[in-house]
Amino acid sequence: MTRGLLAVLVVALAVVAPAAASEQNPTLPELERELICPTCHETLAASTSPIAERMRAFIRARIAAGDTKSEIKAKLVDQFGEAVLAAPPKSGFNLLAWVLPLAGIVIAAGVVGLLAYRWSRGRKGEEAGEPSTNGRFSLDPELERRLDEELARYDA
Amino acid sequence: MPGRLRIALQAAAVSVVALLLALLGWQVFKKDQTPDVGRSAPNFTLPHLGSDRELDLASLRGKAVVLNFWASWCGPCKDEAPMLESAWNRYKDKGVVVLGVDAQDFDVDAQRFVERAGITYPVVRDKHGSTLGHYGVTGFPETWFIDRQGRLVGEHVAGPLTEEDLERNIKIALGEPA
Repeated sequence: MTRGLLAVLVVALAVVAPAAASEQNPTLPELERELICPTCHETLAASTSPIAERMRAFIRARIAAGDTKSEIKAKLVDQFGEAVLAAPPKSGFNLLAWVLPLAGIVIAAGVVGLLAYRWSRGRKGEEAGEPSTNGRFSLDPELERRLDEELARYDA
Repeated sequence: MPGRLRIALQAAAVSVVALLLALLGWQVFKKDQTPDVGRSAPNFTLPHLGSDRELDLASLRGKAVVLNFWASWCGPCKDEAPMLESAWNRYKDKGVVVLGVDAQDFDVDAQRFVERAGITYPVVRDKHGSTLGHYGVTGFPETWFIDRQGRLVGEHVAGPLTEEDLERNIKIALGEPA
């Protein structure tokens, strides 16, 4: 139990610590991947347009001034709007962009699970008939009686 | 699963797919559609550069408008600015307004540009570029001309203006023989 808790803590720290460090001490390359050039609609990392160059200079200056990643992004959003963010913010209407894919995955998993359950029940139903000793399924008693009659008539 | 429930779920799934396709089509076709000359100029209300005071394009009805889209990082915009300033000084008493729309830019850069170029005509700031799609602007500079009735007239100049372009289209916007 304690070991499990410790493992969870280690994993949580491994995820949270770099994110916190990145928030406090952002680098130009990571911000270039998270921001979009407003004229060419590519990430800053991929763009060589004049406004992308100007945005890079702005980011360098803000990093040197000690701004956090969120502060730099907020300043750029104030200048260019939310379209400058490569990923939509996790708030308000934009939250839908994060929630809908997850909801889609959950719904799809539910549908697949339901179909698998129904399929397996169908298979069980097929197998529900009792096999006879020779491995074949037993016949309906009425059908068996008619078959016996037919065979007896044939033998006669 | 009961038949009705199954039909309802299928109808819901088809509706969602149809809605997504409609959204896709709307996104593809609504953007960057250049308006037609002769139609009403798409209206906008934007703040003046460096101020909270807003300008409503419709408030300029009764005047001819030279609507120039620019950004400070755009080289040809620097070359064009003195020509627009000169036209503003020549025509402002004849019912012409030169209106600059700065977009995809930093406030501070735009203000510096205006100071250095000695621009005195009104300039509004379109921070989010909301007017660009309505006017089919795909680069800078681009210029539209609007007559006194608020209609787009003359040529949509996508690129740097020449003196001849400016004079000819201002005359058209004023309803004078070109």
